[in-house]
Amino acid sequence: MQISGALLLELGMILTALSVLGALARRFALSPIPLYLLMGLALGEGGIAPVPAAGAFVETGAGIGVVLLLLVLGLEFTVSEFTVSMRRHLRSAVLDLVLNAAPGAMAGWLLGLDADGVLALAGVTYISSSGIIARLLGDLGRLGNRETPAVLSVLVLEDFAMAVYLPLLAVIAAGGTWRQALVAVVLALGTVLAAFALSYWWGHHVGRLLLHLRPEGEQLLLRVLGLTLIIAALAEAVHVSAAVGAFLVGLLLTGEAADRAREVLSPLRDLFAAVFFLAIGLSVSPKSLLPVLPAALLLAFVTVLTKLISGWYAARREGAGLRGRLRAGTALIARGEFSIVIIGLAGAHQDRLGALVAAYVLLLAVAGPVVTRLADLRGTTGPPHPIQTTVP
Amino acid sequence: MDVDEVLLPGVGLRYEFVNRQGDRIGVIARRSGRFDLMVYERMDLDTARFVLQLTNEEADTLAELLGAPRIAERFADLTKEVPGLSAGQVEVRAEGPFADRPLRETRARTRTGASIVAIVRGEEVIPSPGPEQVLRPQDVLVVIGTHDGIAAVEQIIRG
Repeated sequence: MQISGALLLELGMILTALSVLGALARRFALSPIPLYLLMGLALGEGGIAPVPAAGAFVETGAGIGVVLLLLVLGLEFTVSEFTVSMRRHLRSAVLDLVLNAAPGAMAGWLLGLDADGVLALAGVTYISSSGIIARLLGDLGRLGNRETPAVLSVLVLEDFAMAVYLPLLAVIAAGGTWRQALVAVVLALGTVLAAFALSYWWGHHVGRLLLHLRPEGEQLLLRVLGLTLIIAALAEAVHVSAAVGAFLVGLLLTGEAADRAREVLSPLRDLFAAVFFLAIGLSVSPKSLLPVLPAALLLAFVTVLTKLISGWYAARREGAGLRGRLRAGTALIARGEFSIVIIGLAGAHQDRLGALVAAYVLLLAVAGPVVTRLADLRGTTGPPHPIQTTVP
Repeated sequence: MDVDEVLLPGVGLRYEFVNRQGDRIGVIARRSGRFDLMVYERMDLDTARFVLQLTNEEADTLAELLGAPRIAERFADLTKEVPGLSAGQVEVRAEGPFADRPLRETRARTRTGASIVAIVRGEEVIPSPGPEQVLRPQDVLVVIGTHDGIAAVEQIIRG
């Protein structure tokens, strides 16, 4: 077998650079996502250091990255957490959806995008980054705070909304009519509910099958990944998007099976998700960023305010005081992985949209953690020393 | 004492209680198996001050240090809440068949369905003893199961 030295070298240098950037981001308790994007921008066409040999790998890896991101998202889900969040925070979730999707949709319409562009941009501004925020709350020592359940509940309900939204987007992006889209939504909702029901009544059987003969790490990894990729491929074949298929597999697994799957998959997810962010950066040319910057800034500013209101409202329902409400509102600002997943699904053929979203996520993935830290400057709530966390 | 339980979606569970001195204490049991310990600000009950983080084993050790004398009592409380489940104590005697034998050889769970969840040895408590744990004379086994299951374990241990 001929091993390409160029591929190994380029890949090695990319991963090393990513690790240095990631460490730098962690040092300041920021998300590494914007740095991965920037690196992709730097490496892309018109960038400073093109990587021709590693291109094919990055492209394939990015696809696997989306599948793994959504699989692990599904694994995070438990029916009880969803129902508790629903009961306490349905109103917060509705407010969050309306307030934050509207600016995106409006901006898309003003920019003259077509239906799928408008829908995609609405999703981009709506969905907070549960990855960034969950980690941030842990890092800042806020898990014990009164507003925290409100923040986490809103995130869970957003993630659930994504399960319905992504298939809809996939159909519209494929050029379907509104009637087809409606059918797709009903189908998607039905499938998600079916997955929930399956997971509730038969999830332990699937889990038992997966854990049959007490598989070690490697065995378990191969089983989960194999199953997920097959289902993802089937979903893609019926135009439901591989990512959604993977999410449903994640939903289906519960309890011990989910815990163990999460354990073996997390490092792999981290690797391929980094490649995915890199690939999005690669697909955007740095020159196209400058013209969209004013729009991105304005959109970021408006949606910082709307998230602030949603978080404020949700935290008030938990009985948190003014500071807590401010902390909750600012915590929700960060956008990240899922805004980019959306653009991966819809924006491949829309260069301007891709650039806008890349700029928007760059801004808010950095601003979110910074702003929410500023909201709490008394300096007594943080951990006395940095904690090693593995939560993404 | 009232312990409040709050669900933290995606993270785990938070338990809170107020001690006699009026400090509000929080424990977060993360899904990953780690624990965070926190204390609330007296002035602002919304804000928890992070105290320390414990791994699974560290938390076990701390629980053992703090709760050793009460462990059997707590099991008894627990079983009150689950109908059909009870807790019992079985003493290992020097002349019994399993004195100085590993727990595995009793095959208690396979034969009776009841579980030996702890061994009390003098002042020491061994929670969740493994199959290799050697039983000593005068050990008291804390057994959880059905009434009949516990009786059956007692018969096995007594010989």
